[in-house]
Amino acid sequence: MKKYLVGATLCFIALCPGMRAQEELTGTLKKIKDSGTISVGHRESSVPFSYYDDKNQVVGYSHELVMKVVDAVKQKLNMPNLQVKLIPVTSQNRIPLIQNGTIDIESGSTTNNLERQKQVDFSDTMFVIGTRLLVKKDSGIKDFPDLKGKNVVVTAGTTSERLIREMNEKNSMGMNIISAKDHGESFLTLQSGRAVAFMLDDALLAGERAKARKPDDWVVVGTPQSKEAYGMMMTKGDTQFKKLVDDTIAKIETSPEAEKLYTKWFLSPIPPKGLNLNLPLSDDMKQLYKSPNDKAFQ
Amino acid sequence: MPILAAGLDWSIFFQPAFDGSGNYLRFLFVGFQWTLFVAVTGWIIAFVVGSIVGVFRTLPGRVLPTLGTVYVEVFRNIPLLVQLFLWYFVFPDIVPHLGTWFKQSLNPLLQQFLAGALCLGFFTAARVAEQVRSGINSLGAGQRAAGLALGFNIPQVYRIVLLPVAYRIIIPTLTSEFLNIIKNSAVASTIGLIELSRQSQQLGEFTAHWYESFIAVTLLYGIINVTVMTISRFVEKFTRLPGYVGGK
Repeated sequence: MKKYLVGATLCFIALCPGMRAQEELTGTLKKIKDSGTISVGHRESSVPFSYYDDKNQVVGYSHELVMKVVDAVKQKLNMPNLQVKLIPVTSQNRIPLIQNGTIDIESGSTTNNLERQKQVDFSDTMFVIGTRLLVKKDSGIKDFPDLKGKNVVVTAGTTSERLIREMNEKNSMGMNIISAKDHGESFLTLQSGRAVAFMLDDALLAGERAKARKPDDWVVVGTPQSKEAYGMMMTKGDTQFKKLVDDTIAKIETSPEAEKLYTKWFLSPIPPKGLNLNLPLSDDMKQLYKSPNDKAFQ
Repeated sequence: MPILAAGLDWSIFFQPAFDGSGNYLRFLFVGFQWTLFVAVTGWIIAFVVGSIVGVFRTLPGRVLPTLGTVYVEVFRNIPLLVQLFLWYFVFPDIVPHLGTWFKQSLNPLLQQFLAGALCLGFFTAARVAEQVRSGINSLGAGQRAAGLALGFNIPQVYRIVLLPVAYRIIIPTLTSEFLNIIKNSAVASTIGLIELSRQSQQLGEFTAHWYESFIAVTLLYGIINVTVMTISRFVEKFTRLPGYVGGK
């Protein structure tokens, strides 16, 4: 009799759809459920990925993607009234804030690389960039070899800084490399004539150019020196949360929604000035949309 | 604690730095040197300019004291970061020939160093001036009058009677200002000077080991400041006069 009862109970558990959906929550998802809030880290001026528009609202390509993730979390936890806390982060504090649990997920323009993978987990890639140069249209600079003996500005702590210093050393190009605090200041250094070129991720260069007084004076040139994959950052080792994030991103990227999102931020006028970045969909991006993955390029 | 779970890895300081200059310990040491260099240069400017302005504010007459007051109010009331941007970004653009030369002929590192040292120096000078002034005023009118009665002229009264005592009285507050200028030198990282706090941020960016980097840099600033404090204690002890602050 006892055996039958146990068997019946097991059958019941196995068949009952409601019970099966109640997968036990761990880590970040449990924390979100218990606190009723999800904390999302965003950037303040990473145009067009994550930045403030003229109404002081956070907008951008990465921000729209992370809001889809938030929707997926709401659905999964069955909490339509989940509070979303938006926390601005900088490139200096974003990793510590993930590690100490202040933010649950960061979405901006963070490169997924092997060094960082030792500290945090990255979602499926949102965007692939190449590192190139922003120069004045009439400067005569067409590519990296033209920079010999010139002043070049990079933003401190970017992969571009590492690459340009290596290039300077290896080819003894005699460049003076200025490393500015943020992208805005790098562009100011370029505009003030201190440097003749600004090396950075092409998408961000297009964003800086769009902020200029006369965007037509500036042009993005040069052979891409590296590829980088932008991903969302999460705490390390939380497979349950990462799977939810990855699934959400993959679902969007493999649907027509991805190209619509791309067109909205890279091929149409964007806030705050209504400028068009005019950055066509690259082969790397097409490849990414075909097969989403969380691989780092370096 | 998730931080402890991630584990602190001190071996990162012996990994090769991203710019190929050696390991990260050396990399931090370069920043340490620039911090000292910019702070000490700034301090020399601050001490000289601050002393002159402070003396101006205590002189008889109207023109020089007013000049002193204007200096102090202008440099004390504009935030340090704003002043730095004025020195580095605005002046080179509005001063016709010198500005262009500064921007295009000087090595960028030298530009950052000069802007940083001048900014810190003139900002701190306003604060030093106030201390020199209060040091002189704390002596009362009697010493000045006694000096004049002995037949000294005004420069002699200041050089022989007032300043030697006034400086001794303000050694403790000057020490605080020196400590401040060392800590304030971190603002030079915003214009790209590779001083200590900038190097620690770079270390964090390239190794992703932020906690190790912040802990190391805190210790290094601590070492500088404790050294300064110790030296200043000795100076205070050896220069004190009977009957004044700290003296017997």
